[in-house]
Amino acid sequence: MKIHIKNGRLIDPKNKIDAQQDLYIAAGKIVGIGEPPEGYVANQVIDASKLVVCPGLVDISARLREPGYEHIATLESEMQAAVAGGITSLACPPDTDPVLDEPGLVEMLKHRAKQLNLAHVYPLGALTSQLAGKEITEMSELTEAGCVGFAQADAAITDTQVLWRAMQYAATFGYTVWLRPEEAYLARGGVAHDGEVAARLGLKGIPSAAETLAIATILRVAEETGAKIHLCRLSTAEGVEMVSSAKKKGLQVSCDVSANHLHLTEHDIGFFDSNCHLKPPVRSIRDKAGLSAGVKSGSVDAICSDHTPVDDDCKLLPFAEAEAGATGLELLLSLTIKWAQQEKVSLLDALYRITTSPAQILGINAGDLSINSDADICIFDADIYWKVTSGALYSQGKNSPFTGLELPGKVRYTIINGHIRYQSD
Amino acid sequence: MSKINITLPDAELLLATLAEKLKPIVTPETALVGIHSGGAWITERLLPMLGTEVKHGMLDSSFYRDDYNQRGLHADTKPSQIPFEVKDRHIILIDDVFYTGRTIRAAMNELFDYGRPASITLAVLINRGGRELPIAPQIFAMQMDLPKHLNLQLLREEDGSFYLTLEEND
Amino acid sequence: MFNPQLNQDGKLKHLLTIEGLPKAIITQILDTAESFVGVAEREVKKVPLLRGKTVCNIFFENSTRTRTTFEIAAKRLSADVINLNVNTSSQSKGETILDTIDNLTAMHADMFVVRHAQSGAAHLIAKHVAPHIHVVNAGDGRHAHPTQGLLDVFTVRRYKPDMHNLRVAIVGDVLHSRVARSEIHALTTLGVPEVRVIAPKTLLPTDVEKLGVHVYHDMREGLKDVDVIMMLRLQNERMVGAMLPSAQEYFKSYGLTQEKLALARPDAIVMHPGPMNRGVEIDSAVADGKQSVILPQVTYGIAVRMAVMSILAGNA
Repeated sequence: MKIHIKNGRLIDPKNKIDAQQDLYIAAGKIVGIGEPPEGYVANQVIDASKLVVCPGLVDISARLREPGYEHIATLESEMQAAVAGGITSLACPPDTDPVLDEPGLVEMLKHRAKQLNLAHVYPLGALTSQLAGKEITEMSELTEAGCVGFAQADAAITDTQVLWRAMQYAATFGYTVWLRPEEAYLARGGVAHDGEVAARLGLKGIPSAAETLAIATILRVAEETGAKIHLCRLSTAEGVEMVSSAKKKGLQVSCDVSANHLHLTEHDIGFFDSNCHLKPPVRSIRDKAGLSAGVKSGSVDAICSDHTPVDDDCKLLPFAEAEAGATGLELLLSLTIKWAQQEKVSLLDALYRITTSPAQILGINAGDLSINSDADICIFDADIYWKVTSGALYSQGKNSPFTGLELPGKVRYTIINGHIRYQSD
Repeated sequence: MSKINITLPDAELLLATLAEKLKPIVTPETALVGIHSGGAWITERLLPMLGTEVKHGMLDSSFYRDDYNQRGLHADTKPSQIPFEVKDRHIILIDDVFYTGRTIRAAMNELFDYGRPASITLAVLINRGGRELPIAPQIFAMQMDLPKHLNLQLLREEDGSFYLTLEEND
Repeated sequence: MFNPQLNQDGKLKHLLTIEGLPKAIITQILDTAESFVGVAEREVKKVPLLRGKTVCNIFFENSTRTRTTFEIAAKRLSADVINLNVNTSSQSKGETILDTIDNLTAMHADMFVVRHAQSGAAHLIAKHVAPHIHVVNAGDGRHAHPTQGLLDVFTVRRYKPDMHNLRVAIVGDVLHSRVARSEIHALTTLGVPEVRVIAPKTLLPTDVEKLGVHVYHDMREGLKDVDVIMMLRLQNERMVGAMLPSAQEYFKSYGLTQEKLALARPDAIVMHPGPMNRGVEIDSAVADGKQSVILPQVTYGIAVRMAVMSILAGNA
């Protein structure tokens, strides 16, 4: 399929290009930038006037709810949501049912995803069996089956010796360990940031120290074991500073932040809005500012959607009993654009955090519009606004703290392996 | 607001007239009960004018009104004060303006929750006609018929003296 | 700003929390309650305001005391009362809190009085009830117990009418207390200049000063020159989870004894929402002493609840 994308504003964060340039695709690859290769005749022309053409988004955390949680969402609906959100590659955490701790399960998931022929799916394998934090998994076998890293999702390892050994083993083979830093005992039973809002609303708080203490432990163990780590979903300003210092010291550490945390604080809980019940909790204004500054400076490497579809009924409960999570695949681009507008960050720099950088963290070939790269492309209108409603979302997860709000940026085309896999009306 | 061409009587004179009409019926078994707020003011002024010690109290009938479902609870409720036994007493209910009769209905219902009086006599400054219930004042200082769209009110100056006002309804 | 407790005309539609209630509405409730205190002293203790209306007490969390006061209050307003103790076990059989509410709406209730173990439950219910139904929060988790807060400030106002000149101390487990939070909001909204909380660090919420209170860990310091002492109940569960070592040690530092009471103003009043743990947070001599207004609080509780229900039921 030869596709000529013309008149678009090409933004390639990896190669630092932001210019009016045409793009030429053939046989699933990018074969020309600005100029077509000799003898090129397009089968299809996409007029991208007034649109941005960028690498397909790479979302490093999206829960697809398969296997095991098909009553909440299925691969079909969520993969459709992903391409509607301009996402061409995504990584999913291992907290499925059963947990992704066996190569067979990983293969099945990859196979299912491949059949749908939509975004590329890169599963994260469980670091410990059943995520129980006791026995390590067959990391080599799992890598062979397709895992790009090993994670614990929301199940912190409380036995530091197990944490140490798991990281040591992963370091042996150069696997990346993905951990969401949260000290399990301090966070136990907590549902909101331990601060002014939780005090007023009578909600059990999770202190910032739960995150920073866990970061300190993880960084130290990583230093001792030589493991490469990725810290997931930072929520504290102090946490960002700790990662920044660790990077300066030369540690192999990367981290991400959820798009939600770049926009929301504890105050958005308002009158117990369970859509703001998230893990980690949304914290103070100071923390939000720190996370933002971290993304700008690069201390925070990537922004992800943290897509977590939840059954509607599970949100219609008192705050503490409601299930944590928000839908995110179709909001990642818009929330990133909105953040960039508010923080006066260039579109190129902002897109870098949801394309090139997450691709590097995953160790995959994506987020790149160089010649011969896979033709995974997102074409979007950066200026148009759309309203977040259930009807506007393909995902079966309709729960969002941004419901009813107008957000900037709408995907017009998503191209994967040189084929149009999504086209807006 | 159009000019209202009705001469209002002197409230102080009416008060004196009312006192004269009440004197003959006040006995040791009598109690004056003023309806909040106008009736309560009048009762206060009447007491020294009656020449003898009379038991007295105040009723706020907000909790017995018939317009609760339409208008909600009256904003300015005051605790009723009936510091005497109502049972077997001759009550003189005092109010400023008698109009539809609904206030008196509510006041009587409330009074009966305190006990069973021997009798109730209704005494008002002005009976303005327009009653909507089979209730009427036995004693009044003046009668004047007023159209529905006009609102007659008793007010009090800073020095405590009374005067009447007449305004268009909103 | 949107206030879920008020209707479009700015009138009270639900009573969910004292936080965010305009001072005028709080004052209206207190003033109306004055009249109901008088009603309670009559032979016929009823008024016909809520005649023909149905009040449903829905208690997801058990409490005979509170439920009984609401029941008495509703009956004195001539309302019909339905009591529902929703067993948590029936909840775990799959019926959610909103399912229960939906089923009850079919019973033509006009008002739900709700108590639940989770903070925010009353707000959730108020968001989902049919438009004509009023919700009264009888206690949601640690968040709010507005009728208790109101009856407490009503009591304070009765004994100490000049609210703008008071020092009030709230003593005990503020962290877990919905009563404390409601008291704090009521006192600060009514303009009490100094509200103190006295508790060990383990029993105070993070950033509690942001609620507008002065923090004391030393009870003797905290009680100096205070006009009103509001004691909080200490629950047995606090001795588990490393918040407190024992009731005896708690009593030593934070129990109200006559000796500590003497540090407050000589005419200071002592309050307690009940039920009391004698010898844990308060000495019997103080509880039964002449400065204690704990029994009148109970009477005022009925009057305040009558005021709340009669104001709500009359609004759209």
